[in-house]
Amino acid sequence: MELFDLTALELGAKIKKREIGVVEVTRACLDRIGEQEKTVHAFITVTPELALARAEAVQRGIDDGTYAGPLAGVPMAIKDLISTKGVATTCASKMLEHYVPVFDATVTKKLVAAGAVCLGKTNMDEFAMGSTTESSYFGVTRNPWNTARVPGGSSGGSAAAVAAREVFYALGSDTGGSIRQPASFCGVTGIKPTYGAVSRYGLLAYASSLDQIGPLTIDALDAAAVTRTIMGRDEMDATSVDVPLPGMPAGDDLTGLRVGVPEDYFGEGLAVDVRARVMEAAKQLETLGATLVPVRMPILDYAIPAYYILACAEASSNLSRYDGVKYGYRPEHFEDLHDLYLTARSEGFGAEVKRRIMLGAFALSSGYYDAYYNKALRVKALMKQGFDRCFEQADLLITPAAPTTAYALGAHTDDPIQMYLGDIYTVSVNMAGLPGMVVPCGFDGEGLPVGAQLIGPAFGEGNLFRAAHAYQLHTAFHRQYPGKKEG
Amino acid sequence: MATYEMVIGLEVHVELATRTKIFCGCTTRFGGAPNTHTCPVCTGMPGTLPVVNRKVVEFAIAAGLATNCEITRRNKFDRKNYFYPDLPKAYQVSQLYLPICRNGHVDISTSAGDKSIGIHEIHMEEDAGKLMHDPWIDQTMVDYNRCGVPLLEIVSEPDMRSAEEVIAYLTKLRQTLQYLGVSDCKMQEGSLRADVNLSVRPVGQTAFGTRTEMKNLNSFKAIGRAIEGEFRRQVELIEDGGRVLQQTRRWDDNKGASFAMRSKENAQDYRYFPEPDLPPMEISEDWIAQVRAREPELAEAKIGRYQREFALTAYDARILTDEKPIADLFEAATALCAKPKEAGSWIMGEMMALMKEKQVLAESLMLDPAALAQIVTLVDGGKLSRQSAREVFAYAFDGGTDVAGYVKAHGLEIVADDSAYEAILAEVLARCEKDVAAYKAGNPKVFGFLVGQAMKALKGKADPKKVGELLRKALGE
Repeated sequence: MELFDLTALELGAKIKKREIGVVEVTRACLDRIGEQEKTVHAFITVTPELALARAEAVQRGIDDGTYAGPLAGVPMAIKDLISTKGVATTCASKMLEHYVPVFDATVTKKLVAAGAVCLGKTNMDEFAMGSTTESSYFGVTRNPWNTARVPGGSSGGSAAAVAAREVFYALGSDTGGSIRQPASFCGVTGIKPTYGAVSRYGLLAYASSLDQIGPLTIDALDAAAVTRTIMGRDEMDATSVDVPLPGMPAGDDLTGLRVGVPEDYFGEGLAVDVRARVMEAAKQLETLGATLVPVRMPILDYAIPAYYILACAEASSNLSRYDGVKYGYRPEHFEDLHDLYLTARSEGFGAEVKRRIMLGAFALSSGYYDAYYNKALRVKALMKQGFDRCFEQADLLITPAAPTTAYALGAHTDDPIQMYLGDIYTVSVNMAGLPGMVVPCGFDGEGLPVGAQLIGPAFGEGNLFRAAHAYQLHTAFHRQYPGKKEG
Repeated sequence: MATYEMVIGLEVHVELATRTKIFCGCTTRFGGAPNTHTCPVCTGMPGTLPVVNRKVVEFAIAAGLATNCEITRRNKFDRKNYFYPDLPKAYQVSQLYLPICRNGHVDISTSAGDKSIGIHEIHMEEDAGKLMHDPWIDQTMVDYNRCGVPLLEIVSEPDMRSAEEVIAYLTKLRQTLQYLGVSDCKMQEGSLRADVNLSVRPVGQTAFGTRTEMKNLNSFKAIGRAIEGEFRRQVELIEDGGRVLQQTRRWDDNKGASFAMRSKENAQDYRYFPEPDLPPMEISEDWIAQVRAREPELAEAKIGRYQREFALTAYDARILTDEKPIADLFEAATALCAKPKEAGSWIMGEMMALMKEKQVLAESLMLDPAALAQIVTLVDGGKLSRQSAREVFAYAFDGGTDVAGYVKAHGLEIVADDSAYEAILAEVLARCEKDVAAYKAGNPKVFGFLVGQAMKALKGKADPKKVGELLRKALGE
């Protein structure tokens, strides 16, 4: 079997058995990055020297027993909004082009402790605001399946890096679908864990009440392994929660599992091919013993406006600290303090970021707070209730991850509203704080991947992994990558 | 001309005496080289998150209980958004919608009688940093050491009607917070800051006038002057046919005048919203009970106890308990010398006189209670004259602790041996032959003069009573 046909766990097992060395694997990945980056551009920063030094250290750690975990020695990448001590963390923004954190994010620390070998930082939409990775200050990332298409976003670099097998897994973040939609567009597996399952300490915040870190991986087993590694209560994040880790999934028997199919997620605007592939995935689950149950989520119609009010409101506050005073972009010339603020922020932020800051500041301003922010909070509460009702009848839900497959680069650049509407199936999950997972479930007529989304109740990751793993035991979509279409 | 009354409400900020900051583990110690008491959290580095220091919550509950407030069971924090270089996150984490304490009161006594001043709310928030302009390089520097130091903002109802009431309220509030150990309330270091909201209205009118908010008040005296000044300014404005503008004003105590900083028209919109990084916090009945059980002895209780245990007068007990550092000093010295009356009289007499003379505040006192106890014991045992003791006390007041060493080095100890006195007395009597004759001729007033001469010859290191006795003996009485 070729190296890049392996999953992260399969590679980890080979490394453990000394069938392959960490340095060797790392070199192979760096070489592949050198090749793929010419067209894909999934990375903002690649750190070959650091990676090779790290690979040597991890090999020694594996040899002396320091790193005994299943992911030790496996090359991976980190989205460029997760703090990495000593390595630039730019948020794909001119504002933070030269910002180098003095501390590691909690997830970074946990992965280091698990023997991960990080090869670099992946591209994304600026400050995670976007669904295409086109708003990056450092240039677009292209979909490895078709380089005229977007990879999705905002974790487009992480999804593309895994799809192109530049790394075996990557960390992303998901505020309104930023892991799941690019996973769907790039044909990889991805999960946004329950809000609070993974520490956000060191994640450069977009919308604090919705942000969550999660992995983009080759299959469900890898997703479970990475999630188990980064999960857990963190003293540095008051919103993190202490819950038992989900078990590793095993077997393909889904007898007794009730899978809800919310018809509201299959309505107008959904591409025919996407609907067909997701329904086929639902049928596959049924074949494995699950029961399909029709459920309703009528509140979904209000998801997009409510989400954009809440997310932008929080963003307008979270991004205020980028003011040119302490770190980040500062103009060479400014008249006074007010001019420093104005110039730093006008020149340091891109158009989409400025649009969302203005939207959010408006929604919070005195006299409009009740009409917008408070009303959006009420929609959020109703959204949670709607899901609660669904989970009285079902153990998990299956829906599309996005209405379409990957669209052309530049298609929505001048029409942000069209781009926002593409988040319809994912934002509700963030608003309810639930876990949402995407698994590849086939291709459309143009050969572009389609993803199915599985949604669970809070801390129901275990059932998502179980269903996804059972499904992947009987399908090969997740084993396919550009240039290797036959499983 | 109508008679006007002033209507005053206070917003008091106190820095809490916690060891660490409100959302991180950095020290709250005052001073320190700029930006040395900081970490990624309190400097708002990207990706950092706040975690509430439970001690801050306990101090807020303690302050609320001592001021008769209701404690909010479900607490939330909110963000107050504004740009300023001393605020690294560009928002201050505070409490707008659900402050931790509400509807309390503080009771005061003034020349106008007893009165209850309402507490509208007490909320928790974080302090900002400090800007320093360096004129040499014409640049402004930021020091984030104070960033994230926990604050309580105590908002009173507009219940005060005179500067005297305001000072009485502040004194009581400060005393309570000091006794609780919640804050050291040092105005000079900025750990207690009061903003005065003041409006005027004709006596008899029930509607409030337009208020101004006065900032930059650095002492109780400045507050008193600012209130009188602002009252006059508003009344004159109205009498001249003008109207008071709702604005924030800065008091300049040197000029004895206030200056407008900003008015309501250009007031900032702080875009408050719930802090998403901190989940709502439940305060249980149990937790409140624990805080209540740990409440230390407050001033009122001490006043009673000093009268019972130490047989002090109510008046003296009140003076000794007015400020916690003084009560602490008194209790510590008394425990060592077992002479409460004497310790108390040194404190109320000599010490308070020196404090006034040298402008030393109670919280900055350096007097060691052991030194005071030793002075009391020496005087009581006849080892030190009162006059010498004052000299030793001045040394101890400045922070000296080696009382025995000082007494010895300056030869202040009373000479105990009678023969040493007798020689000197004989010398004095021989020198003052005429006066001795006058005394013997029946002029008793001369005796005092002779004692004085003897004390002088003994350089004050003698017990005057004893000198008198020996003198009479020498004169053959």
